[in-house]
Amino acid sequence: MGTQSISIKVNGVEQTGEVEPRLLLVHFIREDLGLTGTHIGCDTTHCGACTVILDGQAVKSCTVFTVQASGKEVLTIEGMTTNGELHPLQAGFMEEHGLQCGFCTPGMIMVSHALLQENSNPTEEEIRFGISGNLCRCTGYVNIVKAVQYAANKI
Amino acid sequence: MIPGTFEYHKPSTLDEAVALLASLGDDAKVLSGGQSLIPMMKFRLAEPANLVDINGLEGLDYIREADGYLTIGALTREAELDRSDLIKSKYPIIHDTAHVIADPQVRNLATIGGNLAHGDPANDHPATMVALGAEVVVFGPNGSRTIGIDDFFLGPLATALKANEILTEIRIPVPPANSGGAYIKFERKVGDFAIAAVAATVTLDGSGKCVKAGIGLTNVGPTPVRAKAAEEALIGNPLTDDNIATAGRLASEASQPVGDQRGSEEYKRAVVEVLTKRALHKAKARAEGGK
Ligand SMILES: Cc1cc2nc3c(=O)[nH]c(=O)nc-3n(C[C@H](O)[C@H](O)[C@H](O)COP(=O)(O)OP(=O)(O)OC[C@H]3O[C@@H](n4cnc5c(N)ncnc54)[C@H](O)[C@@H]3O)c2cc1C
Ligand code: FES
Ligand code: FES
Repeated sequence: MGTQSISIKVNGVEQTGEVEPRLLLVHFIREDLGLTGTHIGCDTTHCGACTVILDGQAVKSCTVFTVQASGKEVLTIEGMTTNGELHPLQAGFMEEHGLQCGFCTPGMIMVSHALLQENSNPTEEEIRFGISGNLCRCTGYVNIVKAVQYAANKI
Repeated sequence: MIPGTFEYHKPSTLDEAVALLASLGDDAKVLSGGQSLIPMMKFRLAEPANLVDINGLEGLDYIREADGYLTIGALTREAELDRSDLIKSKYPIIHDTAHVIADPQVRNLATIGGNLAHGDPANDHPATMVALGAEVVVFGPNGSRTIGIDDFFLGPLATALKANEILTEIRIPVPPANSGGAYIKFERKVGDFAIAAVAATVTLDGSGKCVKAGIGLTNVGPTPVRAKAAEEALIGNPLTDDNIATAGRLASEASQPVGDQRGSEEYKRAVVEVLTKRALHKAKARAEGGK
């Protein structure tokens, strides 16, 4: 089976290459680009650890083929800082103790980023619904909600 | 998990897509939102040799009313249905449905066309489309044909779509005045497939009598189930608590659940009865102008 040429802007940098069509976007990001901030949790579209922003929308990168992202823009957790300064969401997870093991955190931040882009002042219920595709086995979510509220207040 | 190898095709017109499907035969599958197909490929429950990605096709992404129909393009995402003001204001039953499908990330990609074409009785749109009396438009080598929703679902993951056809549009007759509908889903956790769910639509006449009713059941049979006896029991009668209770019982009898990790057969039948009553009360309230 052949490969396919792709060109994807990841965190502002154009990435080109030849990939097998079956290469999942999460594997391209982690293995081909070495951006291991995007995690693989369940690998079955449930946990949201692999969430990235694809052309402005949060998606589960374990359930998108790399070829589908060709010509599009991807934002991962590594692209959230500007000039070494933490994004308010990243700061919020630190300040509000929004993580314990941290495995879910990149996905939580990316999905919350999409949520805040659409709704800059979400209610607690809207935050909880917004992160309903992301699982955290540690925190009980209370401080994750606070972290998103912290960021919403700063943005 | 890594899917099997396949060739990737991304046609830019519907004709090209259908020609590709015709030439590739049974070894090809349409890729829409990918939110059912890609998980199946990762589990190797599906190993198509070719994927025909229809996301490059123009003009299959719309929600509009024309000529007495609400028409929805197959590539319309759940997130768009969830956000649409037309859907929220005039077709709240479809908003109810899209809003409870999976989670925000899945809804950003998953399409209504894929939700129907997949033929999974656990999916939520099928029962809603049964209640609304929808039609499905499919395009193949000989052009378009329209399939009534009652003839579309044939069994688990089996539909009337042929391998060389693409579902292009869903058509819903604009309901007459004094109509209302609601979809109520009971799930173990937010975003899960339904334990059971019920879609109900009603139309009332000036005196409050029910002149039209549609009831579709999710995940309690090999296909979405139309609760025909329950619909018939309502038509010609006012939607009193008693009549709604009778319809709930009849819908429960029409359901064909099997016991699994989401509950026993008996439990699911009880859930169908309760949800049918709730959905009918809500549909009635909406037909009377409420929310
Ligand atoms: C974690 C998770 C939870 C979910 N929960 C729910 C839920 O609660 N309720 C629910 O209803 N769904 C749920 N889904 C399913 C989701 O809504 C599916 O994505 C949807 O049913 C299929 O749409 P798709 O566009 O992703 O189709 P795809 O996955 O691309 O395709 C599905 C099938 O339909 C065929 N197909 C797709 N489009 C067409 C077309 N236009 N013409 C011909 N054939 C076509 C494909 O070849 C394939 O066989 C869930 C999915 C996940 C991953
Ligand atoms: S790894 Fe993608 S959703 Fe869990
Ligand atoms: S902090 Fe451990 S999974 Fe969320």
